[in-house]
Amino acid sequence: MEFITILVSAILVNNFVLSRFLGICPFLGVSKRVETAFGMGAAVTFVMTISSIITYFVQKLILERYDLEYLQTIAFILVIAALVQFVEMFVKKASPTLYQALGVYLPLITTNCAVLGLAILNIQMELSLMKTIIHAVGAAVGFTLAIVLFAGIRERLALADVPESLQGFPIALITAGLMSIAFLGFTGLV
Amino acid sequence: MSSIVTAVVSLGGLGLVFGAGLAVASRAFAVEVDPKVEKVRAALPGANCGACGFPGCDGFATAVASGKAPVNGCPVGGEASATKIAEVMGVAAGSADKKVARVICQGTKCNASEKFEYTGIQDCKAASLVLGGSKSCSYGCLGLGTCVNACKFDAIEIIDGIASINPEKCTSCGKCIEVCPKSVIDMVPYDQKVFVECNSNEFGKDVKVKCTIGCIGCQICVKACPFGAMEFENNLAKINYEKCTNCMICAEKCPTKAIWADFESRKKAEIDEDKCIGCTICKKQCPVDAIEGEVKQKHKVQEDKCIGCGACAQKCPKNAITLK
Repeated sequence: MEFITILVSAILVNNFVLSRFLGICPFLGVSKRVETAFGMGAAVTFVMTISSIITYFVQKLILERYDLEYLQTIAFILVIAALVQFVEMFVKKASPTLYQALGVYLPLITTNCAVLGLAILNIQMELSLMKTIIHAVGAAVGFTLAIVLFAGIRERLALADVPESLQGFPIALITAGLMSIAFLGFTGLV
Repeated sequence: MSSIVTAVVSLGGLGLVFGAGLAVASRAFAVEVDPKVEKVRAALPGANCGACGFPGCDGFATAVASGKAPVNGCPVGGEASATKIAEVMGVAAGSADKKVARVICQGTKCNASEKFEYTGIQDCKAASLVLGGSKSCSYGCLGLGTCVNACKFDAIEIIDGIASINPEKCTSCGKCIEVCPKSVIDMVPYDQKVFVECNSNEFGKDVKVKCTIGCIGCQICVKACPFGAMEFENNLAKINYEKCTNCMICAEKCPTKAIWADFESRKKAEIDEDKCIGCTICKKQCPVDAIEGEVKQKHKVQEDKCIGCGACAQKCPKNAITLK
């Protein structure tokens, strides 16, 4: 039961993009098409899940054991950077089209605050390994959900009759704000 | 002390482990890059200026290799790199018309008056915020060198209070045009010899008060141009470079000398008497009546009248006329 609570909480109530406002950069940058948005979500999901597991062990086995908690940020960044490099190589090999579509946002997952934020939150919430994984998957699914929904809306917005001064990014930002308000409705669900 | 050692060892160890992992992964997931891209990249100047419209030289090289960009698309490398790239791609280069940037203002310290003494930050953008700059003419070059700093190719210098661009060094990257707050830099064809060197859109009377060498909008040049290449809008004469033949009549007629011409490079038409058949076509074409001779006679060019426009040479059916 607790697992489901964590999952629902991470996906809907405390959605990383729309409630915690983490990872806004790819949220706005790679949300022009549903397909690429989904690819981005998948890449972030992979990085988030694996990095959560690795950072959990780094924290427990190295940082806490040798009283090196103050090195948390740099150690986690190291883990994330290495993982993103790996994902980039993998995507380049496996799907050149996706690699082209993601462009600069793929290496930018390194500096995506959602990934580091998740790793630090896991430690702060004092979750067990199992719960960490659930939480990571939830957060990543939440991110993917938000970005794919947003991309779907933006695809339709591209065809809509938008006032001239609001065309492009302004209307996208307004949409993002409205989505965030909509997600506020999940408060109190868990 | 020991805490430092453990910190260094543990972080360093983590780094080593990840580094080794990535090294293995890079072998496993190696992707072969089109060797053309690397060769094209090597032929480019590597300034990453973005003048080609692609993000940096790498972007341009990728586009060329995939056929999305022309081989002569790099304005900085010019012909030299275009030929090299063409070799790599196995196509003919074809030369793009070279263009250079030019400051269209002659408002030097002795020509243009100042309305106040500016002692602020020595930068055109800053200066133009104070009442539009210290020059009375609000269209002229301020000469504080914002473009000099923007030029990556060392092609601009300030001479006598206005910027001057060396056409040999200019690569038409357009950076100076971007930063100039007065928009007084224009892109012109490299082999153009005549320019209206005034940017003022004010009425003639106002121009005259502010600058001795500005365009006063008298339109004498418009009437004088035999080729209809001189256009007039916003109180300023403007040369249509596609129609202009560099005959320099406008520069001769201009009362304020606002039109600048490179008179030294002016050419003269010369008729090869062996080829001439006396058809008088050239005589009819000449805008200044510099060609004499009747039908069936050999024609002759009066050198003092010839303006070197080349209209005769273009129409001669026997290709008997050369410009020297």
